[in-house]
Amino acid sequence: MALAATQEAVEVVDLRTTPLRELNQRLHDLARAPGPRYWRILNPDGAHALACGLDADVEVDIDGHVGYYCAGMNKRATVRVHGNAGTGVAENLMSGLVVVDGNASQSAGATGRGGLLVVRGDASSRCGISMKGIDIVVGGSVGHMSAFMAQKGRLVVCGDAGEALGDSIYEARLYVRGKVAGLGADCIEKELRAEHAAELAQLLAAAGIDADPAEFRRYGSARRLYNFEIDNASAY
Amino acid sequence: MGAETAEQPWHLRESYLFPRPVIAEIQRAAREGIYDIRGFGAKRRLPHFDDLLFLGASISRYPLEGYRERCATDVVLGTRFAKRPLELKIPITIAGMSFGALSAPAKEALGRGASEVGTSTTTGDGGMTPEEREHSKILVYQLLPSRYGMNPDDLRRADAIEVVVGQGAKPGGGGMLLGHKISDRVAEMRDLPKGIDQRSASRHPDWTGPDDLEIKIHELREITDWEKPIFVKVGATRTYYDVQLAVKAGADVIVVDGMQGGTAATQEVFIEHVGIPTLPATRLAVDALQELGMHRQVQLVVSGGIRSGADVAKALALGADAVSIGTAALIAMGDNSPEYEAEYRKIGSSAGFYDDWQAGRDPVGISTQDDELARRFDPVLGGRRVANYLRVLTLETQTLARACGKSHVHNLEPEDLVALTIEAAAMARVPLAGTDWIPGVGGS
Repeated sequence: MALAATQEAVEVVDLRTTPLRELNQRLHDLARAPGPRYWRILNPDGAHALACGLDADVEVDIDGHVGYYCAGMNKRATVRVHGNAGTGVAENLMSGLVVVDGNASQSAGATGRGGLLVVRGDASSRCGISMKGIDIVVGGSVGHMSAFMAQKGRLVVCGDAGEALGDSIYEARLYVRGKVAGLGADCIEKELRAEHAAELAQLLAAAGIDADPAEFRRYGSARRLYNFEIDNASAY
Repeated sequence: MGAETAEQPWHLRESYLFPRPVIAEIQRAAREGIYDIRGFGAKRRLPHFDDLLFLGASISRYPLEGYRERCATDVVLGTRFAKRPLELKIPITIAGMSFGALSAPAKEALGRGASEVGTSTTTGDGGMTPEEREHSKILVYQLLPSRYGMNPDDLRRADAIEVVVGQGAKPGGGGMLLGHKISDRVAEMRDLPKGIDQRSASRHPDWTGPDDLEIKIHELREITDWEKPIFVKVGATRTYYDVQLAVKAGADVIVVDGMQGGTAATQEVFIEHVGIPTLPATRLAVDALQELGMHRQVQLVVSGGIRSGADVAKALALGADAVSIGTAALIAMGDNSPEYEAEYRKIGSSAGFYDDWQAGRDPVGISTQDDELARRFDPVLGGRRVANYLRVLTLETQTLARACGKSHVHNLEPEDLVALTIEAAAMARVPLAGTDWIPGVGGS
């Protein structure tokens, strides 16, 4: 639900007049004391570390572009960026939802351990790098080295994927609808079975993206590099 | 020299280039087809604090009475930006060592020992355990490239945050916890299946270079409401530039780990051939801070081969605010103790030589995840030994400081030192003993 649909009061904060530190502190205080549930942030102007470290059932709409690490390490909160996001949006997300209407720079959702990140546009390189349980749905394409050393969680790419997708991947599951420029070490295409189509449909629905799961291909770990063997040295 | 016998064949000459250990390693490599991975730190001879001596007081300097006059040892880390700097009673901290590399009782012992004497301990790759938090009064939480177990609640529970860029045993290298050390608990903490090799990346996943690091530090401050000091740890290589860049990026405290720093599992070739020793790294770090006018504003912690109060005092005299110990703390807890000689023999090693910390078969119960072995280690006794050892280091440091007439260990200075070798004189930039010659200074 976007904020426009709510009848409850919305706390409006203009970052041209309110320091970022003050805003983040107020949002952090919600972990310990009740306060406004709905927030609208005006004029972010590419601010870094915006709405990061939240631990409350709040909804934060940001009208504009954000810099690095927006919504980093959040728990429970919903953050919607009505613009583009810089490096590391939703990095190490623990739970909750982060939606970027525009494009996201590199390392989107890096090391995330839970929750859902939706990028409606494209995401740059290293999307989902070292992901540890987060779900990421990208409406467009992702850049090179996405899902590098991805441990857990699901990455859904409705467009194309760049070079070295899933390099040194562990147990994360990757779904790509378009072309894959190349797979990284130990990443292979796998059969997309009914249970995968079902979880993919669920992820697309959660992201609000209309796409047919049957058009996707699944990728994951061949598990050949899980324990070092000298015969695999050329793969490293 | 006695007469030649079958056991002492004097006419045989061993090669300098191919001595028996080199032959053994070549043949091991040929047999196994994989490089040697081991724990511990550099074993080669390196210029170190042993190559420096203190000039005790005499007619021109006035000593303090060793048993009556106070020589303070307190240190505050993180005074630059943090709301809550760390207040330590001694300038010796416990370095980051992971749960995974070490057993839970061993981590608990480090916390107990450090807390007993009023200093800090540090997490490691793999996250923070409840035992560690419970028993560490002051705990530094590491943010590493792997981000294993990284949790904002733990960030907020920590007393300081250490962004690890590198470590002295392997600057530029990632880490590896071999599959046989991955217990159910370690696997769960790191979000990986049990029994597989767990690689730690060499680069952080969401920042590259000093400008990004500045923004990353800003994010960590925002998440923790600017309460926690932010440390930046680097392995000693281009130390002068690294320290200046870390200051620029906003670090409160910089940790410089020389190449003698220990590791749980690293390639031998990396341990012995990458990085610079702690001695020159200390001097370079202090130079960098002084040039920026930030010496004592941004605190400097030095680690890598600290064993005695003499090492501590010399590091402080060169300008460090504190030191950090890792390997020595494990040894204090019983690692490599002759008490376990028979057990070391069973696994092909010997007390004083054991460095297979990566293997998880440590008979002392420290570098293992085997429940049976870990149970051998008593965390209360281990903590007591760590505390005793830290006290001895502190007393030794005070003894040397008093002899130099200092009422606080931080008042030790380079002028109190001379070098035994030309190399150490050049690296530490103190005169060669008996001369006023500092190689490289004044065109000499």
